[in-house]
Amino acid sequence: MRARRVAQYGLLIALAMVLSYVESLVPTFFAVPGIKLGLTNLVVMVALYRMSGRDAVIINLVRILLVSITFGNAFSLMYAAGGGLLSGAVMILLKRTGRFQMLTVSIAGGIAHNVGQILVAMALLETWQVSYYLLILWWSGLAAGLVIGFLTAQVVRRLPASLFGPGTAAGNQKDGKGDVK
Amino acid sequence: MNDRKANALKRSDLLLLVGLIAVGLGLTAFVLLTRMYSQSDDLTVTIRQNSQVLATLPLDEDTTYAVQGEDGVANLVVIEDGSVYIEEASCPDKLCVKQGKIRYAGDSLICLPNRVVVEITGQDDLGLDAVAK
Repeated sequence: MRARRVAQYGLLIALAMVLSYVESLVPTFFAVPGIKLGLTNLVVMVALYRMSGRDAVIINLVRILLVSITFGNAFSLMYAAGGGLLSGAVMILLKRTGRFQMLTVSIAGGIAHNVGQILVAMALLETWQVSYYLLILWWSGLAAGLVIGFLTAQVVRRLPASLFGPGTAAGNQKDGKGDVK
Repeated sequence: MNDRKANALKRSDLLLLVGLIAVGLGLTAFVLLTRMYSQSDDLTVTIRQNSQVLATLPLDEDTTYAVQGEDGVANLVVIEDGSVYIEEASCPDKLCVKQGKIRYAGDSLICLPNRVVVEITGQDDLGLDAVAK
């Protein structure tokens, strides 16, 4: 069980790091920093739905730390941590109520991620004049959450149940598709 | 989308999503109103570094201001035709340069690596006050 968990963590953290890197290769087309798809949230969502909220948070924090050390700096670490922690908390709470679909959880998480980043920016820069960023990042978080939510629903459906421990896949795995080849 | 039923949005989903969209629309309306009520002739540009005000310049006067960093010019701020932009930056990603021109109260250009904030402020400090009147 322990070794299994280590392997699962390793797999998901590695995947999240690769997705972070892939996304960093895409040039920033947008005028406002912070607008991106957030592909790594796909991994966090899969961990949230196939493992547990605690696992999702741990994987996300390790990913943020490693990516910031590798590709970023102290500021990107603080931004990512602020966004990751707030979105993680929101998604765990929403999922725990059992009243929301994956898509809704993802959208709320996407927005929460951007709001978390703005809160960090407000603290770091000691400014309140962020309404313009909040506006843009609110909509971009919503859009990114929508895309990631759709993707996660598809990925979770196709993941073989054997990859993640028994008992965690309940409710989502009813078809026999997606077996390991 | 084979299992459309399993992923179908429920009432609670729709309520939350409508709420999130409503807040987004509210933010949009707030920013648009703030802009409509701010006039460009009494706006000022505040340049700050490490939270300390370096300069306060009128927006309607063309000028340039060089923010000094550890190795020469950190950010070159240009005020031109009632708008502000950062022409050059010493940081690697140049996000502040990519942000382009700003011209409304409440807008800001931010260079995080150099901890430089360029802000446009109205006479009443915040556009919010202008709306409230």
